[in-house]
Amino acid sequence: MKFGVIVFPGSNCDHDAYHVISKHVGQPVDFIWHRETDLSTYDAVIIPGGFSYGDYLRAGALARFSPVMNSVKKFAESGRFVLGICNGFQILCEAGLLPGALIRNRDLHFICDHVYVRVETSDSPFTNEIQAGSVLRIPIAHAEGNYVCDDRTLDELKQQDRIVFRYCDETGAITEAANPNGSRENIAGICNRERNVLGLMPHPERACEDLLGSSDGRDIFRSLAATLAAAV
Amino acid sequence: MAYEREILVQQTLFTQCFIQVSGTAIEMKAKVYVNLKSGVLDPQGKAIQHSVELLGFTGIADVRQGKYFEIALDENLDNQQARESVEKMAREVLSNPIIEDYRVEIEA
Repeated sequence: MKFGVIVFPGSNCDHDAYHVISKHVGQPVDFIWHRETDLSTYDAVIIPGGFSYGDYLRAGALARFSPVMNSVKKFAESGRFVLGICNGFQILCEAGLLPGALIRNRDLHFICDHVYVRVETSDSPFTNEIQAGSVLRIPIAHAEGNYVCDDRTLDELKQQDRIVFRYCDETGAITEAANPNGSRENIAGICNRERNVLGLMPHPERACEDLLGSSDGRDIFRSLAATLAAAV
Repeated sequence: MAYEREILVQQTLFTQCFIQVSGTAIEMKAKVYVNLKSGVLDPQGKAIQHSVELLGFTGIADVRQGKYFEIALDENLDNQQARESVEKMAREVLSNPIIEDYRVEIEA
């Protein structure tokens, strides 16, 4: 199985993602410059966090027009796996690969903190090794992570079991106090209808080593690796 | 009631951006206003409102922050072409239709 980490001007979590795939997942991984268009050799691509194009216009809005994004769309349509983390989630929403949008945090602050998220479903290629209801401790680092969508989209996400992560407290309770940024229904991560594209605001790649405060993020990469291993 | 005396002032503050589409002589200008849809929370607008009120301004019911673009257009475009092109640009790039509305004005 081969992973790719897409690099836009302004991406800054690309090396973290690369490190996790090579060291903890133990699989081959390449950086993919945003001007490249051939993704044929990859099984999964990660759109990492950062500030692509300086977040000009709207977070993720300009990265959508990079040449690689057309290929990412086709890659996703072919059923292969796309994981968007933080700015990557914003880019996937702007590109229309995931519904909704991420706007300025409710309290305006840039939040850099460890938070708790509850895994809402095991029925995804990114969480199939995690029991639903599990609580993961994973950091967030964003100013625009406030997830919004219309009622119809929310109903659809719920009915199709596509809300994958929600902000919660340490015990797993979904409370307003545990909602760091004002996201609708505490949504921290969602997947597409076909379930092969996931976007989330928390940074699992920063939570893969105990030395860094948590290794809970590994479960997400372990799930994806298990999915790919089963598919090969 | 105090509320009835309150003057409703909806003030929109714009961040500005200028796009020059062509380097040739400029005859025509498009103005694009992008605003958050009415139901979408605008924490920046709220913070601005709070600050303005701290400065002593009264009668402010709401502040919403938006974006404003001035786009210089090639003089060879006719009004209709210019509007179509800028509307498309506003819809597909300058705004995110999930959270924002836009309005286009063409100045010949």
